[in-house]
Amino acid sequence: MELKPLHIVNSQLIDGDTPRPGSLLVVDGRIAGIDPTEIPDGTETVDARGQWLAPGIIDLGVFATDKPAFHFGGITRAALMPDNGPLDGAGLVERAAKGGKPDLWVHPLAAATKGLAGTELAEIGLMKQAGARAIATGRARIADSGVMRRVLSYAASLGLVTIIHTEDEGLTAGAVATDGEMATRLGLASAPAIAEAIAIARDLALVEETGAPVHFRQVTTARGLDLIREAKAKGLPVLCGITPAHLLLSDTAIGDFRTFARLSPPLRSDDDRHACLAAIADGTIDILASGHDPRGPEDKRLPFAEALPGMAGAETLLALGLGLVRDGHISPGRLFELLAATPACLLGVDAGKLAVGKEADLILVDEGTPWQVDAKKMAAWAGNTPFDGMPVQGRATMMWKGGLRIR
Amino acid sequence: MTSSTLRPASDYPPGGDAFRHRHLIGIAQLTPWEISYVLDAAEEWVDLNRSGAAKHDDRLAGLTIINAFFENSTRTLLSFEIAGKRLGADVVNMHAAQSSVKKGETLIDTAMTLNAMRADAMVIRHGSSGAVQLIADKVDCPVLNAGDGRHEHPTQALLDALTIRRRLGSVEGLTIAICGDVLHSRVARSNILALTLLGNEVRIVAPPTLTPPAIDRMHVTTFTDMDEGIRDADVVMMLRLQNERMDGAYLPSAREYHALYGLTEKRLEKAKPDAIVMHPGPMNRGVEIDSNVADDPVRSTITEQVEMGVAVRMACLDILTRRKRGVVGWN
Repeated sequence: MELKPLHIVNSQLIDGDTPRPGSLLVVDGRIAGIDPTEIPDGTETVDARGQWLAPGIIDLGVFATDKPAFHFGGITRAALMPDNGPLDGAGLVERAAKGGKPDLWVHPLAAATKGLAGTELAEIGLMKQAGARAIATGRARIADSGVMRRVLSYAASLGLVTIIHTEDEGLTAGAVATDGEMATRLGLASAPAIAEAIAIARDLALVEETGAPVHFRQVTTARGLDLIREAKAKGLPVLCGITPAHLLLSDTAIGDFRTFARLSPPLRSDDDRHACLAAIADGTIDILASGHDPRGPEDKRLPFAEALPGMAGAETLLALGLGLVRDGHISPGRLFELLAATPACLLGVDAGKLAVGKEADLILVDEGTPWQVDAKKMAAWAGNTPFDGMPVQGRATMMWKGGLRIR
Repeated sequence: MTSSTLRPASDYPPGGDAFRHRHLIGIAQLTPWEISYVLDAAEEWVDLNRSGAAKHDDRLAGLTIINAFFENSTRTLLSFEIAGKRLGADVVNMHAAQSSVKKGETLIDTAMTLNAMRADAMVIRHGSSGAVQLIADKVDCPVLNAGDGRHEHPTQALLDALTIRRRLGSVEGLTIAICGDVLHSRVARSNILALTLLGNEVRIVAPPTLTPPAIDRMHVTTFTDMDEGIRDADVVMMLRLQNERMDGAYLPSAREYHALYGLTEKRLEKAKPDAIVMHPGPMNRGVEIDSNVADDPVRSTITEQVEMGVAVRMACLDILTRRKRGVVGWN
């Protein structure tokens, strides 16, 4: 089927720091013009009625291909963590990459080691040929520093970024919360927050030595962020990310043993949370992602320590990100760098920006509409959100993937 | 010596307002007057329990109490069983080892099964913090926490408070040292909550490896030196040290623990001359406590604690089933 050219008019374009009035032309699935003067014959016109026109969200690091949740959340591409499977072979990667097409693109993140066991290199080169855009250590880090060093240099030689989980396994063994008053009052096994900084410090030393590019998927503590800041000042090829949970919730959210707030890494102290907000404002944090990990009652309706970590985050990512804008932490333009432009750059995909020639992965955002997060009525296949009941504002109202209207 | 500490009933709010909880999950939910209300009620049962051959009161006749213990226990289970039977209830014990829990049934499913059997109260012990709350949210009858993970063991704290009150005249304004493996202890957490709430100075004496993080936020002072920690204390409360903590992960050895943290006669001299010594049992004699201290009839309250345990549990079962029994003012 031929795609008709598309002209989105009367929109607020997010192609700079602040929204500005403008229109956008899509031809053959790519952005062909911004504020175009000539419109081809047979062009379909969409009136945005003053809503924001932004790049579709590229959600870096999800644990399930949960299309309804991604479409609700304005997510046009999702980078899938390798844990289910695990994705440690070319065939598995190829199949995962086909999982969402045409209306959702899944970019599989290849397992760094066989079986994610942290001992032997996986077939990273073959998986790259099969469509892997980066590699990842999964839900845990690679404990063995020798293996990690080889993984980093090998992946770098193939031009792939290594996506790292950062918790020292010795300190966090058996822990389900961060050390602090809440964990102690609840009687939960906990680990000190420095477990993160210790893991980051080791990997930064390896990055400095190998020159390999890395992305710390979630950095959630003041000390961890300080290390990232220093590394960036030194010019090391380092990115880091976070989810809205660690920006908006502290460990008080696990009170009453709320398993929906059991996350990995665990929620931190309020001081660390404020350090995260400062780091997203000053540019230390590069990527905002959902960490989407839907889990049903069989994994969550359990005593806290027996429940599995993870949250369904895809539907709330955009609204909570818009909350950061409304609270003055970041500009609208920066929000979409965090949600789309930087993830696109890491994955090496030609999208994530409103610029001529980029793939027309687009969303219309009604940034003011209020709604309430309701764990019982989620599009995701499980409603394990730590934000249940929270009033939020803003949602995606229309979506295009490669110029094809999908919502 | 104890009747002076009993408050007149008119001191408490009328009827169910004196204890406004459907369940007993933890001390954290209680007010000071609710604790004192339970202790006063328990005093009555102490008298009954000591009254000779026929120790029966049939107020819970016809009610079914299920003791569901997902973790092994001898004394707490026995104590709850005796408490229920002295009040005339039909008491059934469920041990996890014999149950379908071993066959992979989830905790919620087990709870729903017990609920469908129309229990009038459930007493639950579980190895995971928060598990008892989880069950209480799903069932229709009152739930009593008999210990959940490292979280709470409220009846233990209540029986300890009652023991202190009877021995020392009141449980207020005292200096109380809780010594040993505080990190893994639900007894310590419930006691810290209860004893600070009642207005005592609570000290934690433990090796740093067994001191919970941020425990000072629970209004206690921490000590790593046992002699300093128990200095001039009115109460020295010892905790049981689990054998698996002594294998090198938390502590180098049992004998080193005894040398540094064991309660010996000599060490006890640091406390007040009339200080009492408590232990929730079962004891590791020669590890956390020496036999001559544990068996000292004047200072040790260990068997008295067991006795108070039955009375406190009778009081709790009575109070929590009043709604069900249609007691006037409890609806």
